[in-house]
Amino acid sequence: MSAEDRRLDGNAIGGLLLELFGVELTVAPSVCGSCGSLEPVARLHVYVDAPGVVVRCCNCEDVMMRIVQAPGRAWIDLSGTGSLELRALE
Amino acid sequence: MAGAAVLGRLTWLATEVIGATAETPRVRTLQLQAESWPGHRAGQHLDVRLTAEDGYQAFRSYSIATAPDDELAITVERLDDGEVSPYLVDELREGDRIEVRGPIGGYFVWDGSERGPLLLIGGGSGIVPLMAMIRHRAGSGSSTPTRLLYSSRTLEDVIYQEELDELAARRNGFELFHTLTRSQPAGWTGYGRRIDGEMLRDVAWPAAEEPQVFICGSTRFVDTAADSLVALGYEPPSVKTERFGATG
Repeated sequence: MSAEDRRLDGNAIGGLLLELFGVELTVAPSVCGSCGSLEPVARLHVYVDAPGVVVRCCNCEDVMMRIVQAPGRAWIDLSGTGSLELRALE
Repeated sequence: MAGAAVLGRLTWLATEVIGATAETPRVRTLQLQAESWPGHRAGQHLDVRLTAEDGYQAFRSYSIATAPDDELAITVERLDDGEVSPYLVDELREGDRIEVRGPIGGYFVWDGSERGPLLLIGGGSGIVPLMAMIRHRAGSGSSTPTRLLYSSRTLEDVIYQEELDELAARRNGFELFHTLTRSQPAGWTGYGRRIDGEMLRDVAWPAAEEPQVFICGSTRFVDTAADSLVALGYEPPSVKTERFGATG
């Protein structure tokens, strides 16, 4: 299967992000640390079949997040993300 | 920002299967009764977790098929090399217990109060979250003009066929467009090819009407539909998409 066919979007990690951050994050505006584009997490490109989860900018394709889980632990690399805006539930 | 308002909780809930309905030879709807289920919005999904006798666990995400006011149900397509979906479609019986967590997602959601007509585009089991929106529209008495373009391989693969026909026959603003990509029965009057720009030009509202758009299906299907709408003048942020993978 090609990389294009394996590409999902941020909806696919809504549960994972809710588990890790305790917040509904698919609607959260995110800024790419590389190209600066602003998109809700749901629109980002997501690969869940890498070793861990890789989230890429949907405009420039640079890596924005990496998440690796092991029993009882999770590593989260947000170095490619400029910012994430968390909003209170309405 | 009040911490209590922003913090969600996501815990696995003991859940009983209270009903199962075959939709197509490969697709089944499971009615679920989840302990302390907090309710859901049309378009959201949940995670199902199975635990084997040896303790091995696997979980997958499934879209919720029902309207917020109705009982919780998911519709699952069997992916033959999948780890979870064959069990959910072929083995699970009424009274069996599984675990679920959710609801999940706030982006691919239609509450009914949004402005503009509704354009829904689904490929295969991508119909499921769109059906939750269609059922919510019908159940809440909404008159929002709504069009569904639904791509299936064959007529036998069309999920919710009778219910969709019945809703379209009411002629109260819900219009149904089918395309069958692999084979079409004799006398078929719908489309008979993969989704493309020309089909969307026929079906989609003009961009100036500022429709709410929801597209769900495989990555290839969603990309084709979304790119075609942008070429027709739709603003990319107005086109909400959800892609599902090939692991089931």
